[in-house]
Amino acid sequence: MTIPNIVGAGLIVIGAGLGIGRIGGQAMEAIARQPEASGKIQTAMLIAAALIEGIGFAALFAA
Amino acid sequence: MRYSFFSKKLVAVTLLITGFVSAQSHEGEEVETGAHDLKTQIKEYIDHHLLDSHDFTLYSYTTDEGEHKYIGFPLPVILWDNGLKVFSSAQLEHGEGVAEAGGNYYALYHNKIYKTDAEGTINFGGHHGEETHEEDAFGENLVVDDSHPSNEKPLDFSITKNVVFIIFVGLLMFLMFRGVANNYKKNSLPKGVGRVLEPLVLFVRDEIAIPNIGDHKYKKYMSYLLTVFFFVWIINLLGLTPLGVNVTNNIAVTFALALITYLITTFSGNKNYWKHIFWMPGVPAPMKIILAPIELLGTFIKPFSLMIRLYANITAGHVVLMSIIGLMFIFQNWIGSPLSFVLAFALSLLELLVAALQAYIFTMLSALYFGMAVEEDHH
Repeated sequence: MTIPNIVGAGLIVIGAGLGIGRIGGQAMEAIARQPEASGKIQTAMLIAAALIEGIGFAALFAA
Repeated sequence: MRYSFFSKKLVAVTLLITGFVSAQSHEGEEVETGAHDLKTQIKEYIDHHLLDSHDFTLYSYTTDEGEHKYIGFPLPVILWDNGLKVFSSAQLEHGEGVAEAGGNYYALYHNKIYKTDAEGTINFGGHHGEETHEEDAFGENLVVDDSHPSNEKPLDFSITKNVVFIIFVGLLMFLMFRGVANNYKKNSLPKGVGRVLEPLVLFVRDEIAIPNIGDHKYKKYMSYLLTVFFFVWIINLLGLTPLGVNVTNNIAVTFALALITYLITTFSGNKNYWKHIFWMPGVPAPMKIILAPIELLGTFIKPFSLMIRLYANITAGHVVLMSIIGLMFIFQNWIGSPLSFVLAFALSLLELLVAALQAYIFTMLSALYFGMAVEEDHH
């Protein structure tokens, strides 16, 4: 573990966090607009969040 | 009637609490005793917890005479080293002894079995050479032993702790679902454990399989999706018990699960699926050539990310949880310890959610990939 590795991993994790936060926020908004579609929105949200999370973990492993 | 219901609840709650208390004391005992400093010991304990082991130890301590005592039971060691060698892991004495089988000697080094001589010598002539000193993230000097033993490593097919629990969960699921399935032949109303399982099975069918795979083709994949959902979920939940099991944070286990998903996807891929990989319709010809290798790589990345996701989520959960429990022994005062207890409790509840969520996501993405593989041409 060197410092550039850790900083790089940290940046990627910040990016992933922002991404997941945005997905969550937008999903909330979408559910508020169309509560009847909440099931579909949740599914799509979880898939997108899982994919971004994968990148975050890949960064942690590379560090 | 009401009284008996209440007493049942009470027993359940008491059991739950004792479970938590025993979990705490179980983590503690190892850390409190011994000679070297507390932080290294906690680190060692966490590392040890994350590894698979050749014996099932519930609990261990050091006596006043400096002797290590283990409470648990040994598991069979099965080696292939010019012939099958089977012996009990009690002979290895938790890395302190040398086992003899068929004229060969074996010893444990960092939880791996090496072939040694009668004294159990481990040679370090590897290309890494001497011990190196490295600094960790907190600026402390660590002695990193990255020299690899040059001893021969026999092929290890042992029934390790992880294997025991995989078999256990397999049997549990078989018995549970067998009983439920037999019950449906007599009666369309579920009884007993079936009342819990029916909504879950329906959830996997209606929320995961049908929307992703489609009405006509989902049936073929239900058996795999249900198996993987319940297997991952139950084994994640077992990881939260004080037994110290953690199967899904062994990357080999998640690799095997992801490999099955990959194989099913690949073998059920229809003409349309392969066309979308090698000759993407609707894009210009030069683009098709560029896209083909990317799409081909994508077929490997998908199961790879499944493997990493499950492994990393569970490992991260365990490490954070155990670190917070470890804080209790670093603080050792009236403010820090209750705080870390509350945090550990809250995190345990979060881990309950993660256990189910990861099972759901694994099943969900598997279903999505199967759906892609069997999708018909719309154009």
